[in-house]
Amino acid sequence: MTKMVLTPDQQAILDGEKGETLAKVMKTLVMYGEIFGAERMVPVTSRNGHLVTSFGLGVMKPVYALMDQLIEAGALSGQPFSVDPRPLDKNVPANFLQNIFFKVMYSKQADYEQQLQKLGLIQDDAFTCACYLDEVGNQPQKGEYLSWAESSAVVYANSVLGARCNRNSGILELFGSIVGFVPCFGLLTDEGRKASWIVEIRTTKVPEAQVLGSAIGMKVMEDVPYIRGLSEFLGTELNDEVKAYLKDMGAATASNGAVGLYHVDKLTPEAVEQGELLILENAQVYVIDDAELERVKANYPCIWKDPDAEPKLCFVGCPHLTLQQLIDWTHAVVDGLRAAGRTKVCIPTVFTTAPAVQKAFEALPEAEMLKNAGVILSYICPLMYMNNPLCGKMPVITNSNKLRTYTSSRYYTNDEILARITKGAN
Amino acid sequence: MKEFKGRPVVAGEATAEALVSHGGFNTLASFQKSLMFGDKKATCSDQNNPDLYGKPMFGTALCLPQTIGSTTGGMVLYCAAALGKQPACMLFSKSIDSLAAAGAVLSAVWTDVSMPVVDGLGDDFLDYVQTGMQITVKPDGTVLVG
Repeated sequence: MTKMVLTPDQQAILDGEKGETLAKVMKTLVMYGEIFGAERMVPVTSRNGHLVTSFGLGVMKPVYALMDQLIEAGALSGQPFSVDPRPLDKNVPANFLQNIFFKVMYSKQADYEQQLQKLGLIQDDAFTCACYLDEVGNQPQKGEYLSWAESSAVVYANSVLGARCNRNSGILELFGSIVGFVPCFGLLTDEGRKASWIVEIRTTKVPEAQVLGSAIGMKVMEDVPYIRGLSEFLGTELNDEVKAYLKDMGAATASNGAVGLYHVDKLTPEAVEQGELLILENAQVYVIDDAELERVKANYPCIWKDPDAEPKLCFVGCPHLTLQQLIDWTHAVVDGLRAAGRTKVCIPTVFTTAPAVQKAFEALPEAEMLKNAGVILSYICPLMYMNNPLCGKMPVITNSNKLRTYTSSRYYTNDEILARITKGAN
Repeated sequence: MKEFKGRPVVAGEATAEALVSHGGFNTLASFQKSLMFGDKKATCSDQNNPDLYGKPMFGTALCLPQTIGSTTGGMVLYCAAALGKQPACMLFSKSIDSLAAAGAVLSAVWTDVSMPVVDGLGDDFLDYVQTGMQITVKPDGTVLVG
């Protein structure tokens, strides 16, 4: 395996000059980097970090012990960080037994949040998977090196913002923020950002973002795709609507596969700058047309006990919704209910967003409209809700391909979800 | 007996029965229930993995292409190791992915557990090995099957 060349400062940390705990942190990063052929570390240049582990699962005692060890040794994050969404919100429907289970399951939540604050949490409510949204403010600049985890945030930061981050695991991302360096390999390098796949979009209309991302992810797995033909539908400007589309598409590429970076011809920053120079020789080609999207969607397994069961809950917003998405969904729900001659949604429905976006939304007239329509607005992580085995047994529907992948929830397109919650349509 | 040669990501020796996943191994989904309910055998809880679902993973030679799923994967593997629910070894047919690598390194550096990890064993390895076969892992990345 390649031996990494460290600077004198990095070597001193590894040699234990700043204590045993920090030496182990550095040793972990060095071993990790050497597995992937990293020859050096690069400084973490973003202002903020982002951690994936936001949940205080009672059983993860080794993690809390490790966090305590870091805190006691003063091995804190050198950069303030945001964290994935909280697993609990009393506003989200749960029955008596489910609530008891939640209490047992996430019994370490309060303790873990205290640890996060000591380690460097930006602020009390910096809990969202979409930390890069304007209202949240953890938005790295193009070319900055990050030490983040959370697959949907990493793929967005790399692809839409042009920052540089590998698909790090939980704990490793914190270690990078503690020492201020990450091993230089993969998506941190120019070569690692080249595309080994060309994805040709030949659909007759704008593809459903979550299905397109799923198709791409399942085909290219961890490789980098260069997507042609999408800007014909989305345009060439990275406006809020397009960024929201790419957020949802990217999350599906990262969860249905393991994509950490995609380029969209004429649209994403590196594709605009370098165009098809980003494509490697002998790149494979994947053509996506209407039939291919239909094939992909039709192959999603339904693991409900009764596939014909009436849905008991609907989640919209994994990853967390943008402010504009919340506004658009609100109007769509209200219009849909009016057309169906109803006033409230037919299925208990939860829209999820970042606490900072929630605050901004609640200042708008749409907040009252959404509430009157019976939709619950929450900062929760739907995935962590569904991880409660008693919730996982319920028939839950969602427009999130990530949630579908990791839980028993069933995927529907945005239009299908809208029809189901406003008309009860099958 | 057939011999395969890979790269020792975490060098070590192990002898165990093979448990084979032909599809990507979702670390969080696989270990979630056993971690939550204190199942010492670490019964696989990933319903999307027909090869492993319902089978005990503790002490096995886990043979897989790569891991997939949540970026909590490395942390979950570390937890499994720290709680003594880890496989005896992990044998990857492809190059190890970043999440599994994190779990392997965290387990090696932050626990006393010995869990050799070998990658790059090739598609032939996964085509040949079957659940229940006897596996021996050597420190240089040699894997003996059968």
